[in-house]
Amino acid sequence: MIPKIPSSEITPKSVYLSRRSFIKAAGVVAGSLALAACGVTAPEAEQPTSAAPAAAESKSDEKGNPATSYRDITTYNNYYEFTTDKAGVADLSKNFATRPWEVEVGGLVNRPGTFSVDELVKKFPPEERIYRLRCVEAWSMVIPWMGFPLAGLLNAVEPSSSAKYIRFESIFKPEELPGQKEPWYPWPYQEGLRLDEAMHDLTILATGLYGGELPAQNGGGLRLVVPWKYGFKSIKAIVKIELTAEQPATLWSSIAPNEYGFYANVNPQVDHPRWSQKTERRIGEFSRQATHIFNGYADQVASLYDGMDLAKNY
Amino acid sequence: MRFLVHLAGALPLLWLLFDFFRANLTANPIQAIEQRSGLTAVSFLVASLACTPLAWLSGWKNLTQRRKALGNYGFFYASLHLLTFFILDYALDFAAIWGDVGQKTYILIGASAFLLLLPLAVTSFNFWMKRLGKNWKRLHRLVYLISPLVVLHFFMAKKGDFLRLSGDILQPLAFAALVALLLSLRLPPVKQAILRLKSKLTAGES
Repeated sequence: MIPKIPSSEITPKSVYLSRRSFIKAAGVVAGSLALAACGVTAPEAEQPTSAAPAAAESKSDEKGNPATSYRDITTYNNYYEFTTDKAGVADLSKNFATRPWEVEVGGLVNRPGTFSVDELVKKFPPEERIYRLRCVEAWSMVIPWMGFPLAGLLNAVEPSSSAKYIRFESIFKPEELPGQKEPWYPWPYQEGLRLDEAMHDLTILATGLYGGELPAQNGGGLRLVVPWKYGFKSIKAIVKIELTAEQPATLWSSIAPNEYGFYANVNPQVDHPRWSQKTERRIGEFSRQATHIFNGYADQVASLYDGMDLAKNY
Repeated sequence: MRFLVHLAGALPLLWLLFDFFRANLTANPIQAIEQRSGLTAVSFLVASLACTPLAWLSGWKNLTQRRKALGNYGFFYASLHLLTFFILDYALDFAAIWGDVGQKTYILIGASAFLLLLPLAVTSFNFWMKRLGKNWKRLHRLVYLISPLVVLHFFMAKKGDFLRLSGDILQPLAFAALVALLLSLRLPPVKQAILRLKSKLTAGES
């Protein structure tokens, strides 16, 4: 069993190694793991790409976990609309226009409308939210998003009393997103939240990254971020938000309903049927660390699921 | 031909090392090594399976002499795959490995495939070939069981559902099709039909 220790204790900053320095260290010791275990600090900072804002390395989340480098966040992307090769998304999406971007908000609301992202950021000034992102594939990052609470937009369109769920839909343009030509997926990507999850203050619509614009490969023009759920819930390139009375279908639960549920809350006690969710690898770090229930946001969100069997509602 | 096989065997490793030292293995290098060594291993296994049917079809006997080396490279990359998993990914923390994945079917299937491959690699030396005689060939037919297991392991490591043909299944599906083809060509009726067809065609030419 993996002992339940806060991630900050398992991986103190002094042990934290950037990927490059790990590779360098591994090269020096030729496969010996001793060096990593002794806490060798990074001899050289990651080279930021030209687009990376300054002081990128100094950010950390509320638990002191350092933010993943801009380079790693923008070159390691699960975005099957472009390609299943995480390192290939950045290149394939470089001509994808994230501005102007419009999102249609409708369904069971009193004031439906179509909003441009430029309009939205004026109305709801983005703030920085440094969130942990835990992928269902057992890797994780710490990402400094810029965004605004989804609740603000929902309140503005005035949900009717029959609205219980939110359905999100991604852009569908196979000529620009070549992965959408693959017949194995029920495109477009769609996701959903319960209304109370969507109204929670941690739930944001992200418009930026590291203080700059949100790159296409990270879900620009507009993406959802729900930090206590597996990453696939945080749908990218949203063009439609619809309030519904019934629980909406989601892309991954249509592909494999026994493996990907509607809730998809991060939970080390509920394994993926084929692999474990007990541990994760933080991108840029070497050793695995324990995964925490609700991705470490239990204090804020556990009450949303009072009385629910989380193993059944996975 | 022999040289080409060894070149093909060494290149994926050199390429992997090259990318490793250039820090070109994505932001998650351990996973990248795991996936690339696995993909290379299954490619060599399929290549070794392809030798015999290709030799019948082309009449190029030299091919059957290459299948052992190809199979051994498959074993080499499978070992690299396994060692990466145990050492780099889990730092030999066997309690964590057991708690994490020991009870997961896809790991057990992959592990069985490796254990079945082990005696084939050990007996690949000429000493064992001579000593085992006819049994050597029988033993090495285990690869007919190993290759479907490896493909199943590949399917199950991907995000998708192969029974519903949905999700990230294109690569494993391609390997499944190849393995199915290469194994079915060996079925005696299929083999005889092909050889008959071939002799007819060559008779027509002359």
